[in-house]
Amino acid sequence: MSSVAHAEGHDHKPEGFLNRWLFTTNHKDIGTLYLVFSLTMFIIGGAMAMVIRAELFMPGMQLVDPAFFNQMTTMHALIMVFGAVMPAFVGLANWMIPMMIGAPDMALPRMNNWSFWILPFAFTMLLSTLFMDGGAPAAGWTLYPPLVLQGGNSFAFAIFAVHLLGISSIMGAINIIATILNLRAPGMNLLNMPLFVWTWLITAFLLIAVMPVLAGGVTMLLTDKFFGTSFFNAAGGGDPVMYQHIFWFFGHPEVYIMILPAFGVVSEILPTFSRKPLFGYTSMVYASASIAFLSFIVWSHHMFTVGMPLGGELFFMYATMVIAVPTGVKIFNWVATMWKGAMTFETPMLFAIGFVIMFTIGGFSGLMLAIAPADFQYHDTYFVVAHFHYVLVTGAVFAIMAGVYYWLPKWTGHMYDERLGKIHFWWSTIAVNVLFFPQHFLGLAGMPRRIPDYSLQFAEFNMISSIGGFAFGLAQIFFVYIVWKTVKGGQPAEARAWEGAKGLEWTVPSPAPHHTFETPPEIKPDMIAHPSNAH
Amino acid sequence: MTTADRYYVPHGSHWPIVGTFGMLTLVIGLANLFNGHDWGQYLAYVGVASILFMLWGWFGDQIHESLKGLYSKQVDVSYRMGMTWFIFSEVMFFAAFFGALFYTREYAIPWLGGEGAGAWTNFVLWNGYEATWPSNGPAGIGGEFETIPAWGVPFLNTLILLTSGLTITLAHWAVKKQKQLQQVLWLAATVALGATFLYFQAHEYMEAYTELNLTLGSGIYGSTFFMLTGFHGLHVTLGTIMLIVITFRAAKGHFTPENHFAFEAVAWYWHFVDVVWLGLFIFVYVL
Ligand code: HEM
Ligand SMILES: [Cu+2]
Repeated sequence: MSSVAHAEGHDHKPEGFLNRWLFTTNHKDIGTLYLVFSLTMFIIGGAMAMVIRAELFMPGMQLVDPAFFNQMTTMHALIMVFGAVMPAFVGLANWMIPMMIGAPDMALPRMNNWSFWILPFAFTMLLSTLFMDGGAPAAGWTLYPPLVLQGGNSFAFAIFAVHLLGISSIMGAINIIATILNLRAPGMNLLNMPLFVWTWLITAFLLIAVMPVLAGGVTMLLTDKFFGTSFFNAAGGGDPVMYQHIFWFFGHPEVYIMILPAFGVVSEILPTFSRKPLFGYTSMVYASASIAFLSFIVWSHHMFTVGMPLGGELFFMYATMVIAVPTGVKIFNWVATMWKGAMTFETPMLFAIGFVIMFTIGGFSGLMLAIAPADFQYHDTYFVVAHFHYVLVTGAVFAIMAGVYYWLPKWTGHMYDERLGKIHFWWSTIAVNVLFFPQHFLGLAGMPRRIPDYSLQFAEFNMISSIGGFAFGLAQIFFVYIVWKTVKGGQPAEARAWEGAKGLEWTVPSPAPHHTFETPPEIKPDMIAHPSNAH
Repeated sequence: MTTADRYYVPHGSHWPIVGTFGMLTLVIGLANLFNGHDWGQYLAYVGVASILFMLWGWFGDQIHESLKGLYSKQVDVSYRMGMTWFIFSEVMFFAAFFGALFYTREYAIPWLGGEGAGAWTNFVLWNGYEATWPSNGPAGIGGEFETIPAWGVPFLNTLILLTSGLTITLAHWAVKKQKQLQQVLWLAATVALGATFLYFQAHEYMEAYTELNLTLGSGIYGSTFFMLTGFHGLHVTLGTIMLIVITFRAAKGHFTPENHFAFEAVAWYWHFVDVVWLGLFIFVYVL
């Protein structure tokens, strides 16, 4: 346990529960808080998904009334996006970035605490709307007017929750940028940084650029509802479609906010278990930056059917397809990294490979959706649902799990149970494909999304999908058990928990002492994660 | 190794949680108020008070630490980056509202007036509506109104803010030259200019509401006009408060030529507010 650190007398953990967790300024403790919070939200959001899949198990209205069904789809998405995926990556960033670049902590430790502690309170408020008159928000996570303006008492709370989450993300992102740009140990120049650090740097920039835009957009919703403005009211000269532009100007970069750090995690794991340096490190950096840039000019691919001028349809169609180029660069680099490597298949590696394959499936369905005339057919069907669950679940969530298995030894000082990890991977992978693959067929056949009932020809695929859904949900309870078991005990981990692992984080003991690198380490070539690029 | 060589990592702070409590009570109060519960306002007051308390305490801690010399050059750079990116996020917040202004003027209003693919919308839904700016839409929401002419008070306000940009720069030079009295005087002048701007702005709002029938409810023109100028005014207010704080700090001799990040942060913020106003003046008032 932490006896090593104690023996050295460097382990100034604050006394007392509140001091340790509520007032903390320690990047590792805050990282842990983020990760635990994210896991909690993942389970709550997952429970909502189970309600959705249970209702859709058979045609006809089974368990819940339509209004509640809509609340479930809306809340599920809001919780998973803002409560599970984003905080998980921020948690990983908090734990790993300072250790990867040789920093004593995050650049602004108090603000780090603030970024985190806003989240549990904001989500408690958001969840409390489930018990209000008219229930939780039910107009979809995209909060489109005019529908969202017709909601009950929950509306104002949902808007304010979004504001708070935005403030939290922006502060977190500012902290990450300042840490990366200002706190690198001497010798850790930009092109020596692990790719996880690079992708987070770019993600943080995206966050600061688009979260305020979302805040502005939802503020307009608020004033339209309560102060008589006409932003989204055509009678007053506004336009409801304008909301969609504002939302997706945020929304599309947002999906990259959820995937770029995932690219980073996978780029750390694949070289370790292939025992080869990452192929094309520099091109990975450039590809990430191009993706980030392009993500600002494709947003209207979410709006092909709202009635845009033809020029707009064409521009956004081609711009969207261009993103496939840098994304392809990444995928080829990952494959080339594994090519002829001395590969082993520990759980993090399995999740990382699963990521590469299944994220690519999601990317391909994305390309299909990017074809404007085809999207006229697919839009708002289960095909879209299948697309974004491939990129988000088998993409972002799988990468998070890969990262958790990969760094858990560093955090806890214990190896997880490899056999259980492998079971978790195969169970999840089979279940998730049973869950989401049939949704492609449902969508192509015309089943609309966000509807609690469906016509009979969709019955079989829905039942299969639901069975996959329950199995996937159960697998994640199993995941919680594996993590818990690892925290409690297990085979002690070495400093370099994986023999092929490179990078600064593996030079500190496992578990990492409460404070690392209080004075900057001297960076030697063998401490660089992707050494083929050391100049 | 002295403390200043090490990157200063504060050990525990209760201010963030006070801030979270404040923000949460504020929004819960407001949401209840909006939903028709008058008691919500009291909760909101508690929220605002807590946030002010947090700012007081948190900045107090930092000033204390700074004067004790705990902040190395590197810490200073972190703060600078923090402030820079914070201002960038504010720019993007305003961008959303400027974007709304451009979109409605360039697209939404012309379409409602029948341009391009909007021909049938215009014919069937809003027959007879002609696209103009300013506009409160085809339904004329909020009734007829007049706008505030650019070359009156708004122009005066432009000059005031530009001058304040100059005075704060003079104050900065005074910091660098260690002329304390000048520093305080130029800062006080900046505060006075900021306050004058706000006074004029409030006056214009009164006139808009009482005489021009230009309100937040005057269709899209009123919406964009008041939201843009209103958020800007809020930022000027914040900026002025920040200026007042650093004026007092200047009077206490807190700023040295080497160490005056707080001063610069406020100055950057003030310039940002200034630039936003120039955008407003051009796109909201003149064009
Ligand atoms: C190869 C890159 C990608 C392309 C070309 C692409 C394309 C698209 C298109 C055209 C849509 C709109 C479909 C419609 O509503 O009719 C869409 C929806 C969506 N995509 Fe992607 N996508 C890509 C990658 C991603 C990634 C990496 C993520 C997230 C990690 C993502 C998340 C989403 C989400 C959440 C939606 C649905 C939003 C909603 O309507 O609720 N996509 N995608
Ligand atoms: Cu998109």
